[in-house]
Amino acid sequence: MSVNVATASSPRPAGVGLTEPWLVRAGLTAIALLFFVTFLVVPLAFLFVEAFREGWKAYTAAIVDEAALASITLTLIVAAVSVPANTVFGFAAAWAITKFDFRGKRLLTTLIDLPFAVSPVVAGLIFVQLFGRQGWFGPWLQEHDVKVIFAVPGIVLATIFVSFPFVARELIAVMEASGREEEEAAKLLGANGWQTFRRVTLPNVKWAALTGVILCTARAMGEFGAVSVVSGRIRGETTTMPIQVEILYNEYAFQASFAVASLLAILAVVTLVLQTVIERRTRPVEDPPRPAELGV
Amino acid sequence: MFAGSSRGTTLPGFRTTMTFTVVYLTAIVIVPLLTLPVKSFSQGWTFFAETILDPRVVASYRLTLGTSFAAACVNGVLGAVTAWVLVRYPFPGRRIVDAMIDLPFALPTAVAGITLTSLYGPKGWIGQYLSQFGIQGVFSPLGITIALIFIGLPFVVRTLQPVIADLDRELEEAAVSLGANRTQVIFRVILPYLYPAWLVGFGMAFARAIGEYGSVVFIAGNMPMKTEIASLLVITKLTQYDYAGAAAVAFVMLLLSFALLLALNAMQGWSVRRLGC
Repeated sequence: MSVNVATASSPRPAGVGLTEPWLVRAGLTAIALLFFVTFLVVPLAFLFVEAFREGWKAYTAAIVDEAALASITLTLIVAAVSVPANTVFGFAAAWAITKFDFRGKRLLTTLIDLPFAVSPVVAGLIFVQLFGRQGWFGPWLQEHDVKVIFAVPGIVLATIFVSFPFVARELIAVMEASGREEEEAAKLLGANGWQTFRRVTLPNVKWAALTGVILCTARAMGEFGAVSVVSGRIRGETTTMPIQVEILYNEYAFQASFAVASLLAILAVVTLVLQTVIERRTRPVEDPPRPAELGV
Repeated sequence: MFAGSSRGTTLPGFRTTMTFTVVYLTAIVIVPLLTLPVKSFSQGWTFFAETILDPRVVASYRLTLGTSFAAACVNGVLGAVTAWVLVRYPFPGRRIVDAMIDLPFALPTAVAGITLTSLYGPKGWIGQYLSQFGIQGVFSPLGITIALIFIGLPFVVRTLQPVIADLDRELEEAAVSLGANRTQVIFRVILPYLYPAWLVGFGMAFARAIGEYGSVVFIAGNMPMKTEIASLLVITKLTQYDYAGAAAVAFVMLLLSFALLLALNAMQGWSVRRLGC
């Protein structure tokens, strides 16, 4: 009984022996904050300071530079193809997996997560092995004069691969939790499949879908390892923004490199803000964040 | 009729969505990945064995595993402290800190790579002080470890946070009422309870680090036998048109991360069993 009283009366730990001494608390907080500042705040601040080192003019000049603009365009094109493709897949996979029972469901779910376990470099390599000069389809592609590797299609494929699971895994988690009863009720009331999906399923999963799309977009626009294997770095043609950052950095054009990188950093910060806002909307305040979008 | 509906089999669209899922998955993931073992052994077992036992390749595996392990250990300790502080000790600005923990997932790896390289370089904000003490922050295994700490930072924090939040206060109270002091409660009640989740976070950070490329390639310096990581070696072999060699090195990397993931799955099962009871 005394235990119950203790839990009810103290929302914050105050009882003797139930929390650490003041000094330990302060010490641990200091360690955590120091870790946080050294590894997250300082690099982010440094990045923007370097980007603006030579002033606002140099910054804008680096961004409206022809090669930089070409890389921004290509990055947007790649995202515009790969994100919708993976989103459609995510809905299809989530519908099949969560609304029906079949054998091999666990295997299918594991296979969908597979791209997260594969090194980005390997993700690029496998497409070279398929479509490269010496690849499985290489001779056929050459005969028909189609370029995949060191061209935009290869970049798109590699990007689709690395950003593959994001939407699917968000949707599977939410649709698994919400069950099938509502859809079955809609069906009993005479709705067809498409109506059921649009009027019943979609409103339930829209925030999860949005989170998945945001994370997928961030990854698609920021992918470096896989793209660098299939890109070939043809200026103005196959350089995405991360590749442009690399080229400039290796040419010792540090300020320009950091300027382009700062755009990607802004994208990352926007991603985090949107993610946090959505999480606050869909979750009671007290709830801890779930072990979010872990890469593996 | 009703028996069918209660199983959910009356909902439409199974065949369409399932077909699309399987075809898309096969085309984008399965078939491309299958090229790896096939290509690895395309020039015979001897070539495969010679490639992966080459001293330069072995050195790269050792370096990759060593620095990945070191980074996962640092994240294991500091990530656990961070998760504990974020859940248990309210302080101003906690929500911002909490939201920013995911930054390494959102920031493109190349951006992290150039930033850390300049930051820890001899002229950088942190590197200039390191070099005063004769510590080489870049182009060294230390530099690689720093980059891997950055990209692995969220894993341990994010796996531990919900478990710490779910930690039953009554458990601690019971221990106290039975006469345990705080140190005993921490080491005999709290830490054993957190251990399975911690191990999962640690394993995820470790696995992610093994395959990492973008954040490491700038800071590593890429000297063969010294600071050349496995994923870079794959690219080097590729640029030399040694496709089978690149595939062999990559295949071993893939097997390593799969082995880790399998171990992780086993641990997760164990973790659920322990927390369930």
